[in-house]
Amino acid sequence: MENVDYDLVIIGGGPAGLTAGLYASRARLNVLLIERVAPGGQVLITDHIENYPGFPEGLSGPELTDKLVAQARQFGLPIESEEVESLTLEGPVKIIKTSGREIRTHAIIIASGASPRTLHVGEERFQGKGLSYCATCDGPFYRNKTVVAVGGGDTAVQESIFLTKFASKVYLVHRRDQLRATKILQERALANDKIEFVWDSVVTGLDGFFGLESVKVKNLKTQEERTLTAEGCFIWIGIVPNAGFVGDSLEKDPWGFIITDAHMATSVPGVFAAGDVRNTPLRQIATAVGDAAIAAYSAEHYIENLKS
Amino acid sequence: MAGNILDINDETFESEVIKSSLPVVVDFWAPWCGPCRAIGPIVEELAGQYQGKVKFAKCNVDDSPITPSKFAVRAIPTLIFVKDGSVVESITGMTAKAKLEEVINKLL
Repeated sequence: MENVDYDLVIIGGGPAGLTAGLYASRARLNVLLIERVAPGGQVLITDHIENYPGFPEGLSGPELTDKLVAQARQFGLPIESEEVESLTLEGPVKIIKTSGREIRTHAIIIASGASPRTLHVGEERFQGKGLSYCATCDGPFYRNKTVVAVGGGDTAVQESIFLTKFASKVYLVHRRDQLRATKILQERALANDKIEFVWDSVVTGLDGFFGLESVKVKNLKTQEERTLTAEGCFIWIGIVPNAGFVGDSLEKDPWGFIITDAHMATSVPGVFAAGDVRNTPLRQIATAVGDAAIAAYSAEHYIENLKS
Repeated sequence: MAGNILDINDETFESEVIKSSLPVVVDFWAPWCGPCRAIGPIVEELAGQYQGKVKFAKCNVDDSPITPSKFAVRAIPTLIFVKDGSVVESITGMTAKAKLEEVINKLL
């Protein structure tokens, strides 16, 4: 048996990674969780989670993160801040190259999540100066101001409703003529008189001197262009997987999400994936933690077999 | 290590940041902001690491709205890096410690 630093390394500290860590620690595996910045992931920017079972009063993303971290740490899970640069997955010992070192491990669970998709209309200029992906963080800067929100899914609709607590008006720009969001969210948004829907439209440009001043949108049916005066623009047009460090070493779907089977096993033995980074039909906290429990269970069996 | 981070506000910004002889890192944050809470410990670690060389300050945008608007800060967490009274760099969002070190080292 070759020497390793760990039995299992979990990459990512969102709900999936922390749950995998909880299960692996309870299985008494020699496990490490590494996280790029700090635990939490995308839920950190969620103000109110009302569909995670067991919390009828709802809870915030940071609250859930604190609870998950405390629960995993209770069973001894070590969490370190490191950024993964690349993986070497050939052979029984996998090597994870991070910014500071090389880690040798028998098994890996990739739970690196996803990031908001960007518009690609030169928004870098307005990063922190009007452009945002987080209503909880940045909504209060727009008290009594007009903002634009982009997207039609759950996140876009829920967060637009949240923005109306502060903004005097929210233009919700969506490329179709109806929303994709869960019905209850649609009902709330359509009944909110601070939200004005801009249907069949996409954002084509952002403009402003010091900060954002206006957003250009184009109607895809009429080709008509329109300039919306707004100091903020919130983007919720989907996500892209955080799987650049994986390279071509694992099978991915056409959008770059990692393909797994029902055991959360990837195309390489000993490497598992869980949560938003995986090709899954639904990306929720509830599904991420479910994936993670299975992934940890599968990893445990893989390691046991390797050792026996 | 939290003791190494100075709490500043609209009144003290000029004297503590603009007129500081040391380079200053200002962390704009608010209690409602999840990512701000998450990077707090990283900023604290950096404050310990650069003690005596770089001044670290944090500004609660809820209590002090004038300073962030002066610097067109409309998203948090935002860190601004100030040297000799001018902002030389600003970073918004959750950022890895190594990247922040890189920017701070350029201030020295």
